[in-house]
Amino acid sequence: MTDPFLVHHTADPTADTSLPDPHQDTFSKTVLGFWCYLMTDCLLFATLFITYAVLHNNTFGGPSSKELFDLSTAFLETMILLASSVTCGFALIAAVKGNNRNILFWLAITFLLGLSFIILEIDEFRHFVSEGHSWTTSAFLSAFFTLVGTHGLHVTFGLLWMGVMFAQVYWQGVTIDTFRRLVLFSLFWHFLDLIWIFIFTFVYLLGVI
Amino acid sequence: MKKTTKPVFYMLLFSGLIFALILAMQPLQIYLLQKDISVLFPSGNIAIEQRNLLFFLQILMLVVIFPVYILTFIFSWRYRADNTKATYDPDLVDHKIAEFVWWGLPLFMVILASIITWEKTQALDPYKPITSEKKAINIQAVALQWKWLFIYPEEQIATVNYLQIPTHTPIHFYITADAPMNSLWIPDLGGQIYAMPGMQTQLNLIADQPGKFRGSSANISGEGFAGMHFITHADSEENYVQWIKSVKESGQNLNFATYEELAKPSQNISPETYQLKDLNLFNRILMKFMQPPPK
Amino acid sequence: MFGNLTLESFQHDMMQDMAVYGGLSTGLLVLLLITYFKKWPYLWKEWITTVDHKKIGVMYIAVVLIMFLKGVADALMMRMQQAVSVGDSQGMLSATHFQEVFSAHGTTMIFFVAMGFMFGIMNLIIPLQIGARDVAFPFLNALSFWLFTAGAMLTLLSLAIGHFSVSGWLAYAPLSGLEYSPNEGVDYWIWMVQISGVGTTLSGVNFLVTILKMRCPGMTLMKMPIFVWSALCSMVLVIMAFPILTATLLMLTVDRYLGMHFFTAGGGGNPMMYVNLIWAWGHPEVYILIMPAFGIFSEVVPTFSEKRLFGYVSMVWALIVITILSFIVWLHHFFTMGASANVNAFFGVMTILIAVPTGVKIFNWLFTKFRGRVHFTSPMLWFFSFVLNFTIGGMTGVLLSAPPVDYQVHNSLFLIAHFHGMVITGVLFGFFAGFTYWFPKFTGFFLDEKLNRHAFWCWTIGYLLAFMPLYMLGFMGATRRLDHYEASTGWHPLFVMAAIGAFIIVAGATIQFIGLFWSIYNRKKNMDPTKSLFSNSSGLNLKTGSMGDPWNGRSLEWATHSPPPIYNFAIIPTVDQTDPLWAYKRGQLKLFQGGYEDIHLPINTPVAMYIGLASLVFGFAMTWQIHWLAIISFIAILFLTIYRLSCKNEHETISAAEVAKIEKSYSQGNAA
Repeated sequence: MTDPFLVHHTADPTADTSLPDPHQDTFSKTVLGFWCYLMTDCLLFATLFITYAVLHNNTFGGPSSKELFDLSTAFLETMILLASSVTCGFALIAAVKGNNRNILFWLAITFLLGLSFIILEIDEFRHFVSEGHSWTTSAFLSAFFTLVGTHGLHVTFGLLWMGVMFAQVYWQGVTIDTFRRLVLFSLFWHFLDLIWIFIFTFVYLLGVI
Repeated sequence: MKKTTKPVFYMLLFSGLIFALILAMQPLQIYLLQKDISVLFPSGNIAIEQRNLLFFLQILMLVVIFPVYILTFIFSWRYRADNTKATYDPDLVDHKIAEFVWWGLPLFMVILASIITWEKTQALDPYKPITSEKKAINIQAVALQWKWLFIYPEEQIATVNYLQIPTHTPIHFYITADAPMNSLWIPDLGGQIYAMPGMQTQLNLIADQPGKFRGSSANISGEGFAGMHFITHADSEENYVQWIKSVKESGQNLNFATYEELAKPSQNISPETYQLKDLNLFNRILMKFMQPPPK
Repeated sequence: MFGNLTLESFQHDMMQDMAVYGGLSTGLLVLLLITYFKKWPYLWKEWITTVDHKKIGVMYIAVVLIMFLKGVADALMMRMQQAVSVGDSQGMLSATHFQEVFSAHGTTMIFFVAMGFMFGIMNLIIPLQIGARDVAFPFLNALSFWLFTAGAMLTLLSLAIGHFSVSGWLAYAPLSGLEYSPNEGVDYWIWMVQISGVGTTLSGVNFLVTILKMRCPGMTLMKMPIFVWSALCSMVLVIMAFPILTATLLMLTVDRYLGMHFFTAGGGGNPMMYVNLIWAWGHPEVYILIMPAFGIFSEVVPTFSEKRLFGYVSMVWALIVITILSFIVWLHHFFTMGASANVNAFFGVMTILIAVPTGVKIFNWLFTKFRGRVHFTSPMLWFFSFVLNFTIGGMTGVLLSAPPVDYQVHNSLFLIAHFHGMVITGVLFGFFAGFTYWFPKFTGFFLDEKLNRHAFWCWTIGYLLAFMPLYMLGFMGATRRLDHYEASTGWHPLFVMAAIGAFIIVAGATIQFIGLFWSIYNRKKNMDPTKSLFSNSSGLNLKTGSMGDPWNGRSLEWATHSPPPIYNFAIIPTVDQTDPLWAYKRGQLKLFQGGYEDIHLPINTPVAMYIGLASLVFGFAMTWQIHWLAIISFIAILFLTIYRLSCKNEHETISAAEVAKIEKSYSQGNAA
């Protein structure tokens, strides 16, 4: 099968990659483009982070982060997400080796871990709301729900993406296109894990000190 | 391309005339409208200092503008395509000294401007009280929809859309809003500052001459925004005291309940006066936004 | 069933009704004409489903022209209102309608005229100037265009259905929050800006990767045309600034839709945070717009001075310095919000600093003319007016950058005069110059030069008459956005003068529109004599101006036919210096090396348009809170995206023999 690292649709692995490539989906271009997109997403989260930093004391008479946050849940979520990054890595290794069954297996594990993360998070949100601490209560809670919720939405999109990749690998195996998309997905997934580390540190850990 | 001298000449002449006209219009406007040009011919020391900084920076800028204009006209004429007398040097693409001059000289001017600006910004900080022998008069200003409420806490009166102050006396404004963001601006006396709900800003002004000075809100706050203008009447100390007395005797009562009525949206309000019955009114307005209403 | 949408939303005052019916009739007429002439298959195949950057560029400009009409109409209404609404007269517009008009004017002009024009020109020119066949991601390019159009259509819909926002082009909180603006106006604004903003961010990534990865062999970064440099810097700003806008709009959205308290007056919200965030985006935004305009002048001035650009390296560094500085000045938009003197002073100093690289650029352009041979074609006229007027605007910018001065003139008409000076004489004149300059490249004929000149004079004189009085009005204490003022202010005569200026500008714009159609009608007479390539089999025999090169150009876009074939260059050029085409014409460079090869091009697809359409429906549904429609359109977007990302990237191939045939047909005078 073809080497997924080939950058031209030619069989020549020594092809000069500085020459113009008439195909618009070259590996290196797309990866660079995706990194640029990830940077824009990073800045989006940065904006939400600094807004949270400015607003996190504006509890408007309601509970503060110290009173509200449960570190054990957040820690569990962190471990789950870290584990899912590891399993995602295994999926990529399987992709490089061209082993379809392993890709599907590790993707499924990653999916389940991601799904557990989302379930835990929704449960945490539901718990807050049922106690009367919803996003309409204060600026602090608005900022919390939006920051963590946006991350959760990104993870949900990741789950959707994973589902699509599962289907693609199942039907098409590893091709130039599916390999490239798996690489991009793994970048996305690791990025989300990184953002979560920041959330865990600056929102939860610093919030209960 | 064809010979183009005549059209180029007329183009340059025409543009030159236009800009000369624009230039001439400035002193003409100033002459005709002088008494209305509050920022350039103000009546308060803060505004005077601000205007002087404007003039200084303007003159500094002209040092750059004039060469640009002169070079533009000269180069356009001298190097027009069919002027075979001018040197044509298509490979003249660099000149170290020229670059040094136009990176360096503006940088130097910017540094000069920055030093002056830094100093003046400190000196003209709106929060900085004005040093004077006279004791400052504190006025609490609240931007409402769509009028200004001015509370004189020590004199125990309040006004809507009208200010009276004595000349040569520092006025210390404490400003908030029970409305979207507004901006308190009396250009004859000095610059503006935003009025924001749940926040308090401060502004220090002083009137050096008597007169009736127009104030307004300088930030869009909804439908009746354009009607938020008011008169600031600066007059002698005696007249000021007299005015306070007359308001205390005749004005309506202003407490938190009547305030809530007043705060309801209304436009183009004529000046009103009040006796202040709740000395803590301003703080209560501020605190409205800072914590939930008591259950 | 229809959310907040009621029959009442379709009722407006007579003036707005006339505008809506006028627009609808024109649109219907166009659709009928297309149907009558049986052009739908052509339109579908060649334009609606295209992923070709040249066609996308043309479409951008077509939408921009429509939105420009709306923006100028708004401006005219504002000037007329302020010339008439004094003392006892209330003018033709109610206060609310006036406030909707100025909000729409700013939003339309910045997001849908200036940004659209910029991306239109960049689409047309960048791939050609770097010797590439297309941008890095052609589908994404098409998608960006359709998202942009969706936003533009939402703007037009807001005219016909319901009301627009009354909180200005930036919708400051808390005025734009739920408490003070409960109706659909701000929601319209949020979705049109958010949707087109996503398109812009995607374009930013697209052009950044294009410039970094797809330059032709030998074109290092320091050998690119300055226009490409300006686009590079601008796209860096897009990528870094637009996410801030996306996030801020997201927060305003959840404030309004979910009752959150980011920017509310109570509940612990902080409206000052909104102001900070929106300007942290807003200031880079204006540099995003001006840098490509500077880049256009850097192309126009050397060509019409028959001389290379003076100080290339200096120009590049000036662009880089401007890019960096533009991120540390944003507070100068709200000196009056009460920051401490130290904070205000710091940002003031940073702002004054930007004058330095800008001045450097002006001097470099002037000295490009020095010892050159200057031709006063209309692009050069635009440049001439730019230099004289932009410097005045820049000067007032330095005045504004001193906080104590700003305290007096912030939010007054002085400010309005300043930034219109920047945007009109800088951005708009630059785009006009570029449009005229590159028009023959994409059509094979010239714009009517005489009409161009008339338009130029109308714009210059009209601009001066409309905005010089505003400086004085600001000094007289006139704030912006006033729908009425007292006669005792003495402002009336100056407002009348400004209104006359506005009419003259409209005359200029009208001449430009007429000129466009007139030039198309007279295209046989205005033909570019150089438009076809004369080739022999071993390569390309080029004399000066014998290939789509009417102005004796220096950069690669002139090294192919006018209009360029779909593949841009039959053979990708190889360069070794700036101004490669001049080097070629002087015999210093062999531009096209090697022979014809197979060319692979991406095929057309309607998916980009479908996603745009679904986004339009989504934005409309969200504005009116028609929940079922919002869900359906969102799922449609998701489905279309997944579909697109699952299908193989199909290509069509033009074989080397076919390429040779196409090239030969140019020389035989029967070019497409």
